[in-house]
Amino acid sequence: MERKDWPLWEVFVRSRSGLAHRHVGSLHAVDGAMAVDMARDVYCRRAEGVSVWVARSADIVASDPARKDEMFEPMTDKVYRHPTFYNIPDGVKNI
Amino acid sequence: MYTQGLNVADGDKSIPIERRDDPREAAFQRRVDAEEKIEPNDWMPEGYRKTLIRQISQHAHSEIVGMLPEGNWITRAPSLRRKMILLAKVQDEGGHGLYLYSAAETLGVSRAELVDQLLSGKAKYSSIFNYPTLTWADIGAIGWLVDGAAIMNQVPLCRCSYGPYARAMVRVCREESFHQRQGYELMLKLAQGTPEQKRMAQDALNRWWWPSLMMFGPSDAASIHSSRNMAWKIKRVSNDELRQKFVDVTVPQGHFLGLTFPDPELRFDAATGHWVHGPIDWSEFERVLAGDGPCNKERLAARRKAHADGAWVREAAAAHAAKRAARASRAAAE
Repeated sequence: MERKDWPLWEVFVRSRSGLAHRHVGSLHAVDGAMAVDMARDVYCRRAEGVSVWVARSADIVASDPARKDEMFEPMTDKVYRHPTFYNIPDGVKNI
Repeated sequence: MYTQGLNVADGDKSIPIERRDDPREAAFQRRVDAEEKIEPNDWMPEGYRKTLIRQISQHAHSEIVGMLPEGNWITRAPSLRRKMILLAKVQDEGGHGLYLYSAAETLGVSRAELVDQLLSGKAKYSSIFNYPTLTWADIGAIGWLVDGAAIMNQVPLCRCSYGPYARAMVRVCREESFHQRQGYELMLKLAQGTPEQKRMAQDALNRWWWPSLMMFGPSDAASIHSSRNMAWKIKRVSNDELRQKFVDVTVPQGHFLGLTFPDPELRFDAATGHWVHGPIDWSEFERVLAGDGPCNKERLAARRKAHADGAWVREAAAAHAAKRAARASRAAAE
């Protein structure tokens, strides 16, 4: 029995125009064109989308979940990046 | 489906016992307890990983093998409408198998390994698919009962702690409802048809009722590893609880059809508000799961043949893609 799988592709579907493509799952295909065709059959049998992207799973570079805290730490200690950090007197309008 | 074959057997040492002293394990359990989803690259106990690989792949195999009993009737569907519905349903089952295989692969197992496990007979799949589809009414009974039981089982899996599995189950459940409704509608048509058609519907219910109840797996008292899977939030609701829920919703549906259930002890208990069923013949369940059901050999033979017959297509597609890639890189070099 053969042991070699076709390459793995991640599938992203835009559910309707105006929305971003969203990851829906993955599948095996020999090339991008086949991956797009298969993504239609596997992930869009009920009008789930108007556009499909595929990307080789091996090409995706991801952050390390084990380093999540240091990676995203700057987001939590810089509260001045959020509008609610600033006190504006009640009388001031439209800001 | 599909918890039944998935309960690890007594004495099975292939799922490692957790090391309670590992701080990573304690941190993992805290995340699970807090209803955080676990994602593919997160640290997880080996037992959790192995349990999930087994459960998700067996679930996937069940979807794929489940295409066979229904596929048996596609060419003989009594109308174009029924044929289109059945084709769409069987295609959905194939799709469900693919979502689930992908989810299992995120845990570090390859598709080829999973397919090998199915074809070599090493992996289990739901025993329900080892029963034959003898008449057209069986297609109705499968949709109504088998998919109905599957929905009961699968809805809690949408909240499973492992993200990719939970997300796959959300898609599956969304599609499963059509499967059950088309089955019930088919049964309704037969039940309201000629006496011969009604007899056929009754016969199908008689044959599929008990195997459907067995789909929920052994009674809680006999299910050894349930508690750990509960703690890991892989399993959310016990086998017996799910089975009871299924019986409670299904019995009135059957009575609406004007059919009877093949269980002389079936009765409504006004005190608890539940339908109480008679004892389940677990020896039949064990026998079918162990490979001695009416169609075990036929199902595996059909999967092996399909896989072998498709080998040249897989090879040709890979060769074609390689040739095109080589041509493109040559053209780029020029």
